[in-house]
Amino acid sequence: MDFATFLIQILNGVQYGFTLFLVASGLTLIFGIMGIINLAHGAFYMVGAYLSFWLFGITESLWIAILIGLPIMIVFGYAIERLAISLLYKRDHLYQVLLSYGLILVLNEMQKILWGSDFNSVPVPDALSISIPMGNQEYPVYRLFVSLVCMVIASSMYIIISKTRLGMMIRAGATHREMTQALGINISRIFAIVFSLGAALAGFSGMIDAPLSSVYPGMGDYILIISFVVIVIGGIGSVKGAFVGAMLVGLADTFGKILLPEFSSMVIYALMALILLWRPQGLFGRPT
Amino acid sequence: MSKNRNSRRSFIANTAATTGLIAASSFAPTRFAIGATSKIKVGILLPYSGTYAMLGNSITNAMKMRIEQAGGRMGGRLVEYVALDSEMSVPKAPQNTNKLIKKEKVNFLVGPVHSGIAAAMAKIMGQRKSPIMIVPNAGSNAVTGPLCAPNIFRTSFSNWQPAFPGGVLMGKEGHKTCVTISWKYGAGIQMMDAGRNGFMTKGGKSIKDILLPFPNVEFQAHLSEIAALKPDCVFAFFSGGGAIKFLKDYEAAGLKNKIPLYGPGFLTEGIEKAAGSAAEGIKTTLHYASNLDNPENHKFRTNYKTAFNTDPNVFSVQGYDTGSLLLQASAAVGGDVESVVDVIEAMETSRVPDSPRGPWSMSKAHNPIQNIYLRQVEGGQQKFLGVAAKDLADPAAGCKMT
Repeated sequence: MDFATFLIQILNGVQYGFTLFLVASGLTLIFGIMGIINLAHGAFYMVGAYLSFWLFGITESLWIAILIGLPIMIVFGYAIERLAISLLYKRDHLYQVLLSYGLILVLNEMQKILWGSDFNSVPVPDALSISIPMGNQEYPVYRLFVSLVCMVIASSMYIIISKTRLGMMIRAGATHREMTQALGINISRIFAIVFSLGAALAGFSGMIDAPLSSVYPGMGDYILIISFVVIVIGGIGSVKGAFVGAMLVGLADTFGKILLPEFSSMVIYALMALILLWRPQGLFGRPT
Repeated sequence: MSKNRNSRRSFIANTAATTGLIAASSFAPTRFAIGATSKIKVGILLPYSGTYAMLGNSITNAMKMRIEQAGGRMGGRLVEYVALDSEMSVPKAPQNTNKLIKKEKVNFLVGPVHSGIAAAMAKIMGQRKSPIMIVPNAGSNAVTGPLCAPNIFRTSFSNWQPAFPGGVLMGKEGHKTCVTISWKYGAGIQMMDAGRNGFMTKGGKSIKDILLPFPNVEFQAHLSEIAALKPDCVFAFFSGGGAIKFLKDYEAAGLKNKIPLYGPGFLTEGIEKAAGSAAEGIKTTLHYASNLDNPENHKFRTNYKTAFNTDPNVFSVQGYDTGSLLLQASAAVGGDVESVVDVIEAMETSRVPDSPRGPWSMSKAHNPIQNIYLRQVEGGQQKFLGVAAKDLADPAAGCKMT
């Protein structure tokens, strides 16, 4: 591997890491703050992708599709939180797992009824459907753009959580739920906001990924598994951990494929096992 | 005559008055006087959920349409279908197969789509004399190779068939080196091997074989690798959503115009529109092309479009031909599908002349001997360019029946 190819592979890994972060951050946010294991997160990603496909068909613009799709995702997340998740806050994790697994089945079936079982695609917006030369190959500008968007989202999440009043309430609610309530903060409203935001993040990743990954039934399943790997490595509940975990998984997956092709499917799981041996709570997880 | 034979109850009720019936049944061979009164049971084990639901539906729809066209009867008997969702689960395959064989007591077993399930089913079928299994898609070479059996037939293809001529084509078009890429699972490995071997017969050489874990679709790292290796061409096998993503990524990485892409027809089949410009111009080899100019194909396409409001694909052709084979064989034994040996003989000697893919016949290993066509995607359609291999038979390595 010459040096130019090596740099491109690093870019590939980082770029993949960014897309993983976008999905995984919502998952870790919901768990870290609400203590909810949301298996339906991958299905939300799929719903987002199908929304962008459907809305693109009507509006013929990905940007408008995303603008309309985002509020729909927020309302959708809010409705699911109010109608289903909120009933199980006091129950055991097993109930939440069962409920969110049921949601996967329902959402997959709805997708089949509404949009059928064909493979669909959303074109890359014209302004970004170019590639720039890089080493031996060309690099699609849209991929770089997606990375940029992920960077913006990662930093705004950081700012919201660590600098704003809402972020303060979210952090307080996550660590000392009763105390926060005693101070007159409406925890159930905070939870509803966080869950809607998490669902919107998953949906947004699906929308922005749709031109790259194409839109097909069951597309959320693989992304859910790999998102769990990311947040387990980073420490469940930590957004910073999700970021580092996503980068590690992106790079490990990329270089695993090139350097250890025979074991490429195992590399990220081996990485997870090693990190858990060293730090059972994950890189940035709070020890229990 | 057949109306009177349909129900034993009506036979008893009408004994006094029916001299005609007694005369009629005396013409029929005694051994199927009872059997012929019941329906023929066709068991179906195909995916109706998940990524491959489209394949299962295409096959089932076309097969039923074919049998409906013949009046819904096979060899004079009505047909009853028992369909199970395979869920693409190999561990569930033996249970589902046994359910159809032992509980439902089907006469024919149609399935599956997935090569892993095909192997599991073939192992069960190989230990039995009946029912007769017809594979309408799964291409696993083993099914008509080491696992071949008198009661296992295939109406689709072996993985070797569409892939080998693709490799030969790369050599014919003047390429010397290639990189092969596919998923690491049964069909992927077999197609990759066949493509590479085809290329080698024309003096070509594969400089790298890349296998991705199934069904991983993160291709970027491998595309950078291919760009650095600079082969003359690339031979790829992916299908469905994975194929769309591969084609798009290949184009976006700027490789499409630099390093021509080839592969078995599944690389572009059924996704021409979804892949858009990324599929445009790609040449593949397959046992069907949508614009094949023969009357059967025109008729088939019109009927299918009218019935299901969507264009048929290669999978529907395979389902349609499964229906044809069932009809032919049942007619040849006069509806007596319980005499399995005779049905098998009828299927072995059968030639399917009215197939949309052009006439084909059964090989000794029970796999179609068929034309493989060269196609190119043009304007979102598969354009037929010519015959890549005429009457191509699978080598059927390891089959004891050849």
